[in-house]
Amino acid sequence: MLVNERVKGLCQERGEIRLMEVCGTHTMAISASGIRRAVDPRLKLLSGPGCPVCVTTDAEIDTARRLAERPGLVVVTFGDMIRVPGSHGSLAEAKAEGADIRVVYSPQDGLKMAMAEPEKEFVFLGVGFETTAPTVAATVLAAAERGVRNFSVLTMFKLIPPALEFIASAKKMKIDGFILPGHVSTVIGAKPYEFLVQRFGLPCCITGFEPADILEGILLLLEQMERGPGLAIQYRRSVRPEGNRVAQQLMSGIFEVADAEWRGIGRIRNSGLRLKPDWQNFDARLRFGLRSARSSRPASGCRCGEVLLGLITPSECPLFCRVCTPEAPMGPCMVSSEGACAAYYRYER
Amino acid sequence: MCLAIPVRIVRIEGETAIGEVNGVEREVSLIMTPEAKVGDYVIVHAGFAIQILDRQAAEETRQLFDRMAQAVEERRRQAGKRTG
Repeated sequence: MLVNERVKGLCQERGEIRLMEVCGTHTMAISASGIRRAVDPRLKLLSGPGCPVCVTTDAEIDTARRLAERPGLVVVTFGDMIRVPGSHGSLAEAKAEGADIRVVYSPQDGLKMAMAEPEKEFVFLGVGFETTAPTVAATVLAAAERGVRNFSVLTMFKLIPPALEFIASAKKMKIDGFILPGHVSTVIGAKPYEFLVQRFGLPCCITGFEPADILEGILLLLEQMERGPGLAIQYRRSVRPEGNRVAQQLMSGIFEVADAEWRGIGRIRNSGLRLKPDWQNFDARLRFGLRSARSSRPASGCRCGEVLLGLITPSECPLFCRVCTPEAPMGPCMVSSEGACAAYYRYER
Repeated sequence: MCLAIPVRIVRIEGETAIGEVNGVEREVSLIMTPEAKVGDYVIVHAGFAIQILDRQAAEETRQLFDRMAQAVEERRRQAGKRTG
């Protein structure tokens, strides 16, 4: 295999090559396709903090749960969020206890529900990266245009480039290159990653999600390791260098950058989004006077924090498969269908 | 969570399109891809088209995948000859 020939050549001067992806869809595709087992074991394919549900903190889940317990209030969310445990249980448990929590495919569905039931308050959980944030921005805009007053958003968005900067700066992770996310980049384009090449000298490749896309992306990264770092776009059928300007304008029109708390990492400056002052009447935190709870300690022995940074693989966690399974998950990387632990449990144990 | 899939646009009504994927029709907002036309493939995330699929790039990628598959097949045949 072409990849392995290159790895062999590169590993004459180094022990191993560490490439990190930061997208749950890549995590699943790499596990499901068997790529990790097919490549030379000296090529380490690591999962970074690429699953928005996994990096959501206990405190954020607890805030959502407290909201859902209010009478007459409906929490609307993407399905991924519902089973993630906070420090007082998951949203699924709150739902079983009678809270009105509804799962939707699109934030627009939440707005439609709010318009159909004007006597109730609807709060959409704004979880996700730059791919998702514009869809919620468009929904807030639609709510304003239609004069909908019973719809608001609990923002918990996270931004990918600041997380990459954190990882690139942390010496202990020793990352040799990034497999960059295809759909985040469809929105933001290539420019926001240029600092990785210029300041950190790291090879970068925006990569698609088919197994052959991922192999080509890896190959382009290995070529850069031989010839010098650059910023390649392998996923050209979806990613333009400038990204999607309309989506960027929607996002920057409604949201502004704010600090955010990442599970397993902590606070990263300017790595989140909140509603701009003009749009604060759609901010669930202000509307319902919510204060952010402090993040609590993870479940005893859970090492999701280290898994999220690629410091350990899921199988190195003592809970993995023994007490932590998809049926009884101890941490978010096992709960989320795109978490690294769930991917290893399903395809690589 | 950033999962997005290619959807073919069948009809357009204002800012909303009816898209078709695997024979199933669904509503897609075109607010972020206002230049999308009937017959285009768009990449859809959470009910919104986030980009129009570049047909030329898609075709080049498909050809590259075909060549990769052929190379794998060729090696497999050669390996078969050596062992057989």
